[in-house]
Amino acid sequence: MAVKTATGAPAELPRGSAPAKKGFRAWLNKRLPVDEFVSTQLTGYYAPKNFNIWYFFGSLAMVVLVLQLVTGIFLTMFYKPGEATSFDSVEFIMREVNYGWLIRYLHSTGASAFFIVVYLHMFRAFLYGSYRAPRELLWLVGMAVYLALMAEAFMGYVLPWGNMSFWGAQVIVNLFGTIPGIGPGLVEWIRGDYGIADATLNRFFSLHVVALPLALLLLVLLHLVALRQTGSNNPDGIEIKARLGADGKPLDGIPFHPYYTVKDVVGIGVFFVLFAIVVFFVPTLGGLFLEAPNFDPANPLSTPAEISPVWYFTPYYAILRAVPNQRFGALLMLLAVVSFLFVPWLDRSPVKSMRYRGWISRTALALFVIAFIVLGFLGKRPPEGLYVVLARIFTVVYFAFFWLMPFYTRIDRVKPVPERVVYHAH
Amino acid sequence: MRTDARRRRRGAALTAALLLAALAGAGASSAKEESAEQPKEGADWQSWHVNNDAADLASVQRGARNFVSHCLGCHSLKYERWSRLGADLNIPPTLLQQALLPPGDKATEYIQTSMPAADAADWFGKTPPDLSLMARARGPDYLYQMLKTFYVDPTRQTGANNLRLPTIAMPDVLSPLAGLKRAVFRDEINAAGAHEQVFDHFEQLAPGSMSAAEYDGFVRDTVNFLDYVSEPTQTARRALGVWVVLFLLAFTWLAWLVKREYWKDVH
Repeated sequence: MAVKTATGAPAELPRGSAPAKKGFRAWLNKRLPVDEFVSTQLTGYYAPKNFNIWYFFGSLAMVVLVLQLVTGIFLTMFYKPGEATSFDSVEFIMREVNYGWLIRYLHSTGASAFFIVVYLHMFRAFLYGSYRAPRELLWLVGMAVYLALMAEAFMGYVLPWGNMSFWGAQVIVNLFGTIPGIGPGLVEWIRGDYGIADATLNRFFSLHVVALPLALLLLVLLHLVALRQTGSNNPDGIEIKARLGADGKPLDGIPFHPYYTVKDVVGIGVFFVLFAIVVFFVPTLGGLFLEAPNFDPANPLSTPAEISPVWYFTPYYAILRAVPNQRFGALLMLLAVVSFLFVPWLDRSPVKSMRYRGWISRTALALFVIAFIVLGFLGKRPPEGLYVVLARIFTVVYFAFFWLMPFYTRIDRVKPVPERVVYHAH
Repeated sequence: MRTDARRRRRGAALTAALLLAALAGAGASSAKEESAEQPKEGADWQSWHVNNDAADLASVQRGARNFVSHCLGCHSLKYERWSRLGADLNIPPTLLQQALLPPGDKATEYIQTSMPAADAADWFGKTPPDLSLMARARGPDYLYQMLKTFYVDPTRQTGANNLRLPTIAMPDVLSPLAGLKRAVFRDEINAAGAHEQVFDHFEQLAPGSMSAAEYDGFVRDTVNFLDYVSEPTQTARRALGVWVVLFLLAFTWLAWLVKREYWKDVH
């Protein structure tokens, strides 16, 4: 009666559906474990029932990734990498390709949206201790996704070959030149020329449309596999697998499909309403998503009044500029990103979720969020006067959050964690 | 802006001037009408806003006419085709051919100046920039302020200077319309303790063929046109956006109903 999978093992069937003995479905399942996949990964995958609004951003990141891949495919059909062609081809897409403007705005807004949802997704992890054991690898793979995303975004930003693209690339690539010894040679190797030039643009194109998307897809897949292995954390920071019912299913869990698929669709709907408002009514978002200097073609002889990266890199840029010594600044900038990797081991609190932590941990997280936002703001301002002082203060706050974590999480007074998740039926 | 245009057509130039003065906070009346109560002319030029609307078709059409008769001699719009301009601005092909298209140019061609770039660089010190994206790169207010703050400066090779873009290479080609202005500077001591020449106000030296209000309308139309050219799809974009957002709201509402139904089981 049971359908065999390709390996001969009986396949688990989706709940409520009768096993198919004959017909196409049986034929298919003997060759490809479709039903098995559905039953283990969707209908048979139990997720905590108390997810709140912070749990939308993982699925939203997936949606944005798909959006970027699809719009990117269409953009690549018309975009022509090259010093002499890039800028013109982007304007060709904006003006003469049917709905080219829409595809381009979806892609440019998608890049910023990607970082918004990823930052909120990461904040969720800080809020509920999602990086804690047994999810350290899940967190590390997620951070690898973030790093790949930063590289992908930076190279994509250079492709339209606007003046800020050019000068931004100049500044970022030159950071590698601060590495002692190999720096200057390394910069030349990255650029493929003595300056940011045609060779640089073409290799960035190659990496942006082939290498990094492949890496991103692989890492996202690993991220999901690791998630399926440990199961999701939840706002109470309790392991739902610790309390199983008579049927062996977690008492506080519900099948991912249909409950979270229908719920995530609502989140996707709300997201796309906001996304569409930006795409159709304020695609440049006042110069934040598409910067005015990038409507001037790249010009090695004319530096924009202020060189600054796009908003999602500005916190790190502010840290870089807070230090007078460029080499030390670049090192600190690197450390600012790398610090995230150590969080699973820096956090020594006996509880995972902020709900049951004391005021010290809460204040620390709040200060970190404020520091990240203020640094992001300062990265867009000229590095002078009060701005430098503020950047230094908030750089200290930024690093204190990470590197004092082993101390303040240990002395913080925590509340007792309930045995079952807190859930109020809607 | 549309209101201004109608009033101008009705010949109520003074009313328009007063309205503009209130809107832009500028002393928009000509030198002859200037009285002691009015603010110094041009003193607040940095806060002038064009408040343009690329969906105002009549204004964009007038701007296209202005561009062809006053700008195209030196500046191109290399990303815009004549035919596209005609279609977007509701200009019939025959009228486009008669009124706008330079002799010998085809409607399917891009809008290009006939001035050779190398000669232009020789004559002006630099090739006049292409204006296709200028409204997006600098912003409409920048263009508006630039076109309204030319002044006579005998120290410059072209005899003209500009507040928005000091040491501008462009001659004051619109002075036959706007007239000639002199910039009056005052001496100020800056934070570093050094003397500094700060712009105080404009003095009209000679009137142009247009009144101040007419010239303001001329500049607004021209900037509006350049705004349209910088993103010809912007009107279509906003129109489509309304429907997309309405659809997404309806979709999200339905999705929420489905979610609520399913989640009734969860206790």
